[in-house]
Amino acid sequence: MEKILELSHLGKSFGNHIVLRDINFSVKKGDVISVIGASGSGKSTMLRCINLLETPTSGEILFHEKNIISKNNDIPSYRSKVGMVFQSFNLFSNMSVLENCIVGQVKVLKRNKEEAKEKALQFLTKVGMEPYIHAKPRQLSGGQKQRVAIARALAMEPEVLLFDEPTSALDPLMVGEVLNVMKTLALEGLTMIVVTHEMSFARDVSNHVVYMDDGYIVEEGSPKQLFSEPTQEKTKAFLATILSEK
Amino acid sequence: MISEMNFFGRILYILQSYGLSYLTGAGTTLLIALVSTVIGCLIGFAVGVIQTIPIQEGNERTPATFLLKFCQMILHAYVELFRGTPMIVQAVFIYYGLAQIWGVQLGMWQAAFLVVSINTGAYMAESVRGGIISIDPGQMEGAKSIGMNHFQAMTSVILPQAFRNILPQIGNNLIINIKDTSVLSVISIVDLFFVHKSVSGALYTYFESASIVMLIYLTMTITVSRLLRLLEKYLDGSENYELADCMDIGNQMHKKGA
Ligand SMILES: Nc1ncnc2c1ncn2[C@@H]1O[C@H](COP(=O)(O)OP(=O)(O)OP(=O)(O)O)[C@@H](O)[C@H]1O
Ligand SMILES: [Mg+2]
Repeated sequence: MEKILELSHLGKSFGNHIVLRDINFSVKKGDVISVIGASGSGKSTMLRCINLLETPTSGEILFHEKNIISKNNDIPSYRSKVGMVFQSFNLFSNMSVLENCIVGQVKVLKRNKEEAKEKALQFLTKVGMEPYIHAKPRQLSGGQKQRVAIARALAMEPEVLLFDEPTSALDPLMVGEVLNVMKTLALEGLTMIVVTHEMSFARDVSNHVVYMDDGYIVEEGSPKQLFSEPTQEKTKAFLATILSEK
Repeated sequence: MISEMNFFGRILYILQSYGLSYLTGAGTTLLIALVSTVIGCLIGFAVGVIQTIPIQEGNERTPATFLLKFCQMILHAYVELFRGTPMIVQAVFIYYGLAQIWGVQLGMWQAAFLVVSINTGAYMAESVRGGIISIDPGQMEGAKSIGMNHFQAMTSVILPQAFRNILPQIGNNLIINIKDTSVLSVISIVDLFFVHKSVSGALYTYFESASIVMLIYLTMTITVSRLLRLLEKYLDGSENYELADCMDIGNQMHKKGA
């Protein structure tokens, strides 16, 4: 399969605090990659680097073989192809659900209003939020907000969609509705990188799991490999604690 | 004979003789306050937006960054200068200063609008800056994550929210301006306060004229604050939302498809 994204020797530090040390991995079209690891291991920072919300301090990020960290790269146009779903939703609070899903298409992709509205409705229907198009974000539950955020990202028709703990801010009851949407997207072949603490998602939905610790990728592989036959001591210890919590 | 009247008699007399002057004065006051507040807001938004442009990591030493920093420094000086000095002095300073140093003779109207606008602009710049940085950074990140540039994120996401949040301060500024145009009499603007001074000077009816003028100022400021409340309500939209009719959505999509 075609390689979409490749991180090569990616490093990031804040001042003299090194958060990412040497990250290497690649994403092929249709991959659903789960990123797991302890709190503070650098998972969010890695995702934010991929979306250039943080500027990496070393290494390369290749998108279709082009280094997007280079100076003359058009960052907004790159970002429109790599969507992001945040733990805290970040829906635009001054807009209705429908406007949230339209504004990017009109301003960034220069689609006309009609076409954008049609696309927005299509994806809002997909996440089951089409009855709420007139609502403002503050009038929605967490799970509903997150589904709208997913529709907003999908409406840009990105090549890769990044999720940073999309269910961590939700009540247990609402986790399911968001995970179900993500499962559907995975089955439909959307390329996704998902930072998650939901081990069932990592094991059952993704085709590749990455375990991070202290700014390194300690181990990666298929869910079966990683969960049943981990080779690294750190991975075993992490899995032991996290699975015993359940 | 006016000395033989009682309080209300005198008020009535003043109103009969000078009612129109008061109204014209009030009109002048309101005109200067409204126009200058609007222009001041525009200045304030422009300045506030420029002052919150972030310097990109890795671009600290480019000429563009240098230019930006330079602009921000000048604007900062502008804000300090016009917030930190009384408007009455600014009026004299600009009206006579421009004439003496650059030979620019402003009309008193131009001077009035200019002084009140840039004074308001200095206050608004700080309000706008505060309004912008108080918006959850997640809003900017959400906008960037779908590919908006800084300017698009500002105009579609951040500023509408900041505007709503600082609307009470805009109202404050408007009310302050309605009252503070009274200092413009130093450059011979015939506003409400100027009319009061002339009338009470001519008739020696300070208290009566002041009562009338107090009432007119109060009417203007209360009306303005009521209108702004309505605007706030309107911007907040309805507390409820209607569930969209799914059939309707289906039809819309169908029509487009056909
Ligand atoms: N803007 C920043 N400035 C300084 N340090 C930061 C910044 N952002 C993150 N860090 C540090 O980077 C480290 C990794 O943070 P990161 O958010 O990537 O961890 P994480 O793996 O996503 O953790 P969690 O599971 O809790 O979300 C932490 O030690 C954090 O304090
Ligand atoms: Mg995180």
